[in-house]
Amino acid sequence: MSSTMIELLWQSLLETVVMTVAAGGVSLALGLPLGLLLIATDRGGIWEQIALNRVVGAIVNAGRSIPFIILLVAVIPLTRLIVGTSIGVVAAIVPLSIAAIPYYARIAELSFREVDPGLVEAARAMGGNRWTIVSEVLIPEALPGLVAGFTVTLVTLIGASAMAGAVGSGGLGDLAIRYGYQRFETEVMIVVVVVLIALVCALQWVGDWTAMRLDKSGRFGAEP
Amino acid sequence: MNALTGTFDPSTIETPSDSSEPPVIRLNAVTKRFGATTALEQVSLTIRRGEVLGLIGRSGAGKSTLIRCLNGLERPDSGEVEVDGRSIADLGERELQPLRRRIGMIFQHFNLLSAKTAADNIALPLKIEGQKRAARRARVAELLDLVGLADKGDAYPAQLSGGQKQRVGIARALAARPALLLSDEATSALDPETTDSILALLKDINRALDLTILLITHEMGAVRAIADRVAVLDGGRIVEQGPVWQVFATPHSATTRSLLRAFQPSLPEALATRLVPGLGRRSVLKVVVVGDQAREPLLAELALAVGARASLLHGGVDTVQGRAVGALFLELDGRDPTNFAAALEFLRQRASEVEELGHVVDDD
Repeated sequence: MSSTMIELLWQSLLETVVMTVAAGGVSLALGLPLGLLLIATDRGGIWEQIALNRVVGAIVNAGRSIPFIILLVAVIPLTRLIVGTSIGVVAAIVPLSIAAIPYYARIAELSFREVDPGLVEAARAMGGNRWTIVSEVLIPEALPGLVAGFTVTLVTLIGASAMAGAVGSGGLGDLAIRYGYQRFETEVMIVVVVVLIALVCALQWVGDWTAMRLDKSGRFGAEP
Repeated sequence: MNALTGTFDPSTIETPSDSSEPPVIRLNAVTKRFGATTALEQVSLTIRRGEVLGLIGRSGAGKSTLIRCLNGLERPDSGEVEVDGRSIADLGERELQPLRRRIGMIFQHFNLLSAKTAADNIALPLKIEGQKRAARRARVAELLDLVGLADKGDAYPAQLSGGQKQRVGIARALAARPALLLSDEATSALDPETTDSILALLKDINRALDLTILLITHEMGAVRAIADRVAVLDGGRIVEQGPVWQVFATPHSATTRSLLRAFQPSLPEALATRLVPGLGRRSVLKVVVVGDQAREPLLAELALAVGARASLLHGGVDTVQGRAVGALFLELDGRDPTNFAAALEFLRQRASEVEELGHVVDDD
């Protein structure tokens, strides 16, 4: 493989990492509170607001149901509004984030649902307010699940970022399509796939290890 | 304490130890419905300062709803709930929060936070109260010591046994120095030995800290072990209440009788199946004796006084709250109604309760 190819590969890897980390960060910052809102406002939640819950739920479902490739194109005007351009790595972060926020919101909601309702009841019986329940019960108890779910979100983002090549974002997926597929450079294709596999494996391993370390309940298979 | 003396005088037991202080909890005609089902129906109950009140009932009797009405997690449809002499009906969620800190609670499944160490679990009510870290640490050490887990502060709940978890639960419930400890089936998930040790700990705490305890359970054994008074809940109503020894000796409601079945002698099946109503050669009486009555030579005196020869079929004398409580099944010749009536009259004077069960028909 030529040195330009290696440079291109390195460049693409960086682009993929930037897109994944940036969109992942946004999905964490907005998806986590959204997941919390979904569980808190649901029936029997700590801030029961059924109407609000249905509205937020519908928005999240809508976001989740749009195929990413369509979302990518559909949000171009919004992307231009936010980042000033509709092409490149930074531009791709907008649709990636928009897809990842509802995705992680649902995952976070599931993790919060796993928390034993008896613990929330105990905190309420202790005289704790909603903030206490969120900060002392829901988040710490759901944390291993939240971390595991975030890992899944990042892996999904790596996959989705390949499609973002359609708006000229670059990245590993884009490299594989342009060189490996369109120019029949099988070698490039194989290398990219290997790098992607390694990236996903490393990410998954770090995520699993962190979740295991954070878990004190024994559910994730580790000694507390 | 009245309950530990040997005298037979219910009136002294019904008197609160200090009438100037309001009761810790007072429920007045509390009714709570969920749709068509009535969870609580006109429940009136007073929990006096320093007592252990047992609240017993089968699952679905309304125990959980009653607890949730006490700490304002549930609002009654009608009736009053007073905590420390103060009605909680008009309090909003924000005003209820400090009040809930006055009520510590322990649970059947412990409900400890798995992500926090034992020490941090115990510290949580203090954190909610807004105490500083140093103050929390000192109090937690004190509590760990109290429940016998001084060396387990850094352990996570998953590393503790059921009994240890419940001890942490108790320490956590006591952290904010509550006026009342609510024990919600706290021993139901524990094995018999651990149950005994947890009950002993609760009794110790009740005595040492003069802490009022509401012991909610479906196990008569737990009530018998540590409660001073007992209230029996069935179908959302309180069907019976009184000092534990009295309820054990002379239960009136069918629910209480069935809950007590395992604790009381009953007529052996071989005899019970051949029992028919009315008097006969082998008439059977159930005689309940309480306290000093159980020490009298009842059968000998019966023979001397009325010349009736009674034989003991079955029975036993147990000790509840330091009092002898016994049930004896006697067989008497009932063919002479005058003599039998005299015997019955004599027994009624010497025992707490005499019940005619009928007579046994012989096989042949």
